[in-house]
Amino acid sequence: MNIQTKRRSDRKHTPKVQMAGLYTRAVRDAFSKLDPRIAVRNPVMFLVWVGTVVTALVTLDPNLFGPVNEQPNQQRLLNGLITVILFFTVWFANFAEAVAEGRGKAQADSLRATRSDTMARKVLPDGSTQSVPSTALRRGEQVQVRVGEIIPADGEVVSGIASVDESAITGESAPVLKQPGTDIASSVTGGTRVISDELLIRITADPGQGFIDRMIALVEGAERRKTPNEIALTVLLTVLTQVFLIVVATLPPLSQYVNSPTTIAILISLLVALIPTTIGGLLSAIGIAGMDRVAQFNVIATSGRAVEACGDVNTLVLDKTGTITLGNRLADELLPVHGHSLDDLATVALASSIFDETPEGRSIAQLAEKLGAKIDFDPDTAEGIEFSARTRMSGINLPDGIEIRKGAVEAIKGFVRSRGGIATPELDAAYERVSKLGGTPLAVCQGNEVFGVIYLKDIVKPGIKERFDQLRRMGVHTIMLTGDNRITASVIAQEAGVDDFIAEATPEDKIDVIRQEQAQGKLVAMTGDGTNDAPALAQANVGLAMNSGTQAAKEAANMVDLDSDPTKLIDLVTIGKQLLITRGALTTFSLANDIAKYFAIIPTIFSAAGIGSLNIMGLKSPQSAILSALIYNALIIPALIPLALQGVAFRPLTADQLLRRNILIYGLGGVIAPFLAIKLIDLIIPFA
Amino acid sequence: MVQGWIQIAGTLLIVLLMTPLLGGYIARVFLGEPTRFDRLFCPLERILYQLSGIRAHATMSGWHYIQAVLISNLVMAVLVFITLMLQGVLPLNPTGLGAPTWDTALHTAISFVTNTNQQHYSGETTFSYFSQVVALGFLFFTSAATGIAVAIAFIRGLTGRPLGNFYVDLTLAITRILLPISLVGAVILVAAGTPETLAAPVVVPTLENPNVQQAIALGPVAHFEIIKDLGENGGGFFGINSAHPFENPNGLTNLIQILAMIAIPTSLIYTYGIFANNRKQAWLVYGMVFGIYLVFIAIAAIAEYQGNPAINTLLGSPQPNLEGKEVRFGWAQSVLYAVTTTGTMCGAVNSMHDSFMPLSGAVQLANLFLQIVWGGQGTGTAYLFAYLILAVFVTGLMVGRTPEFLGRKIEKREVVLTSLLILLVHPIFILIPGAITLAFPEQLAGISNPGFHGLSQVIYEYASAAANNGSGFEGLADSQPAPTGLWWNLSTSVSLLAGRYIPIIALVLLADGMSRKPVVPMTTGTLRTDTGLFTGVTAGVILIMGALTFFPVLALGAIAEYFQIAGGI
Repeated sequence: MNIQTKRRSDRKHTPKVQMAGLYTRAVRDAFSKLDPRIAVRNPVMFLVWVGTVVTALVTLDPNLFGPVNEQPNQQRLLNGLITVILFFTVWFANFAEAVAEGRGKAQADSLRATRSDTMARKVLPDGSTQSVPSTALRRGEQVQVRVGEIIPADGEVVSGIASVDESAITGESAPVLKQPGTDIASSVTGGTRVISDELLIRITADPGQGFIDRMIALVEGAERRKTPNEIALTVLLTVLTQVFLIVVATLPPLSQYVNSPTTIAILISLLVALIPTTIGGLLSAIGIAGMDRVAQFNVIATSGRAVEACGDVNTLVLDKTGTITLGNRLADELLPVHGHSLDDLATVALASSIFDETPEGRSIAQLAEKLGAKIDFDPDTAEGIEFSARTRMSGINLPDGIEIRKGAVEAIKGFVRSRGGIATPELDAAYERVSKLGGTPLAVCQGNEVFGVIYLKDIVKPGIKERFDQLRRMGVHTIMLTGDNRITASVIAQEAGVDDFIAEATPEDKIDVIRQEQAQGKLVAMTGDGTNDAPALAQANVGLAMNSGTQAAKEAANMVDLDSDPTKLIDLVTIGKQLLITRGALTTFSLANDIAKYFAIIPTIFSAAGIGSLNIMGLKSPQSAILSALIYNALIIPALIPLALQGVAFRPLTADQLLRRNILIYGLGGVIAPFLAIKLIDLIIPFA
Repeated sequence: MVQGWIQIAGTLLIVLLMTPLLGGYIARVFLGEPTRFDRLFCPLERILYQLSGIRAHATMSGWHYIQAVLISNLVMAVLVFITLMLQGVLPLNPTGLGAPTWDTALHTAISFVTNTNQQHYSGETTFSYFSQVVALGFLFFTSAATGIAVAIAFIRGLTGRPLGNFYVDLTLAITRILLPISLVGAVILVAAGTPETLAAPVVVPTLENPNVQQAIALGPVAHFEIIKDLGENGGGFFGINSAHPFENPNGLTNLIQILAMIAIPTSLIYTYGIFANNRKQAWLVYGMVFGIYLVFIAIAAIAEYQGNPAINTLLGSPQPNLEGKEVRFGWAQSVLYAVTTTGTMCGAVNSMHDSFMPLSGAVQLANLFLQIVWGGQGTGTAYLFAYLILAVFVTGLMVGRTPEFLGRKIEKREVVLTSLLILLVHPIFILIPGAITLAFPEQLAGISNPGFHGLSQVIYEYASAAANNGSGFEGLADSQPAPTGLWWNLSTSVSLLAGRYIPIIALVLLADGMSRKPVVPMTTGTLRTDTGLFTGVTAGVILIMGALTFFPVLALGAIAEYFQIAGGI
């Protein structure tokens, strides 16, 4: 039973990012990316860059690489125009990348503003404090943070209870209670502000390695490495570029042999038109934008690889509570057994929940009080027993030694048996009744005597069934993990529409399920927040940790959700798929474009060979054909920037439906669109 | 005309019926199921393996397999080279032929060991019976079996099995497939009139002038002929190959030759279907290739049937183009033979490819460029599935997952190997030497027809070498003692070797890597590759990535020539 202590927040958008000035900055960055040392990183566009330089040279002197027949001035004009278009082809590609990076940089700037370079109060071994800059703090040292101060670095609360405003990183305005000992509420993030009381914190991250530092590095793209798919695609694009380089480089002797010579500028134009500049220019922008979409979703991914892996996920392992059902189960009914009255049961239930601050606990207390129950002891003299995932019980030890427990029915049975009591069929009947309603039964006992069962009602999140239907169509299998018994679990599983469930699950089960699925070659995604989730988060291919979770969980995961909403895992799957689809769609489009470009350029530049009839578009002249094809080639990059940044609209369809749809749009469209566009440009430009 | 189309359709029908039978048989052989030849060959093979120290049950890793292919092929090529150079002192040399020039012997050894059989010589005046039968005939079997073995290793790897043992597969390919079929085929050819003798040429007075003597070359032709076609070798016993009345006397032998050429490349697709346990996919891919094959046949057939407009004007009526064709075959059987031999990388010819109409020439070139209609012995099938993998990679991302083929992820290594294999080898080893040769047409090429046709002749020669086809457009002074013979022998040797061994290395490494990958289970989110839609997508990828590379050379060669002739120049 995983009890969520933190109130779930609605979806918000993080750290208000300054988007003004994004485009002016991108325009500037697009120029600085012309630096050959940077340009060489993209082999496809670098070839265009080199081509631009060569055409610029033959603009100055058309006869540089051997005498050209035509009039030098006309040549110069054509070569000059080609140079300008090629320059813009490179610049547009740079611009696309700069815009994509700009969003990340803007976000990084706003995060950087929250990073504290304030003074911290370091606690020395003798208990005295010393004021040091926050950057001088090392792992393992302790600091004292008072109300109004900013927490200097990531850490764990050692002592004290305080409210902390984490809006700087989560965007959530409601403060969060931090206290030591508890798994979840004891971790604090550097850059957040203490707004009440004071905390003693043990630092867990060296300077520059804190959560915010890593976030900045990630959103800024400083640590951006090409993802496996991106690398493979780059290989293909590079090979294609080499192929077309050979095709074009071997053309001069061939065309010379058939008495249809051509010029270097025209050959470069043909080369640029044929190499995959569209996808080559947009590839990195697509990747950066994919990371950015995740970030805008308030999730920080440690790598692009993790985002890509989301698209490949076969199995989602989901905790029932918080993901499938609303976190708060509410006590709905009390079912006394063994001849105890409802009043007796209510009194014991109230006593058992006095120290239980969870929503469930409070709802039990409320229900009991409504039924007229009162406690007849002083809570300060009693000892509260905390819930643990191992015992699956909580309760209270009264001053007179009486033990009151509530918890999972099996756990309570074990408890009363260990104290000489018995479990009767009557208890099982009550338990089953609640289970069949899809509720969670909690048994309550005092000493060795079971008093009855509390019916905790589980509420399946609205709309979750539709989400699971979509996932199923996409081929993603869902497994629900729950501490509930089989009957309850199956009722909820059916109501929510998950494919499979594991009842009475312990934290160890999580990692077992993941291993089993992975052994079948599947990629598994899961969410978690507790320290005992850390191994499973590390084992999963996609591990999404809640920001409210422990430091250990966050470090083991490859994504952190700042809103701490486990349902987001489902959205991440679609973002991952969208990223891959966008990449594939633009690749297909780019390659399909080549047919039209071939038909525009080859017949017209070799018209001396008598193949003018292949000019099926009826372009005006060789010059106009080349310029039209190149203008199309350049303009298609900015035209597709919005698609590259926003991604292809995702639809939850099966693979076959997606392929059919995307092949029609990007494959067939990629064949047809350039024919129309090049013809149109040819009609517009006045170059005869 | 109707007769011609019926001949074509009838032949294709037999091909369709043959595929599942032979394909199923090949699968049985390599899946280790018993065949009726086991009683005969198993004891023999055991002795062979024991003598040569082959551990028949030890499967090879990728590099080990490649090593075995390269070393065995090198040894065979060296042996054949030495035999050819020493033929003057070796037996079975009734016409007393001396050693060829070293470069002719080198080119021939490389050309035959690579299953290409590009011939820069005329068999009857260059090589003794011993050289033809023992040296070249030996490579007919081993080079074809090498191709089959690689294809089987590739299919095994793709379907998650260990690659197997090269030597064992080579032996099985010969003893279970090539030898039995050749034996039956040779007997039929002998019955149909093909000579099989070690006797010296017959010298007879000519009919026109009894005082003039004519030597009629003979030889052990029939057995040579059948494996020439069945093994996609294509090297003719005589200079004019299957146009020679002793190599290919009549319609029946012509039919047998066409069927022999196409039998194994078509069947291996079906064999894949059995290995992958997905006959639907096999038939879909088969259908795609068959479709391209039909389109190519139709283009060439119509072009030849309509004939040459310039000649038709002289004749005063439309006549099929019969220049360079044997009248006993006519336009239809010549077209079918030409499209099949260029498609299957056999390279045998029953008519002069140089004399075909430009569009037929374009089809023949396209066959060499694509290499998958139906492709070389074994390697063609492997290429086909490499194209499928490339299509999966390009379009597979569009379903929102890392592309997978048969449940195995297509990652960087696969992309490197397939794109190298499919996209890069051909442009490098066809276009670059072609451009060099055309830059110095006088010094290097020795072209008979300048202009567009000359360009096609040069490109065809290198394409034929790089695709391991071996047929020629001809019309080039590529044989010794022409001054350009040396350049042709050496430059095509480079294309021959690169076109054979780089793809084999890439294919084996690809298969090896795939066989080790974990299999991701199929879901509705997985791109299915056994659908009509995906097969259509593959056809598009083949067209755009495989064919468009060669659009400029086709445009400046065959297509320009077509417009030239159509324009009445």
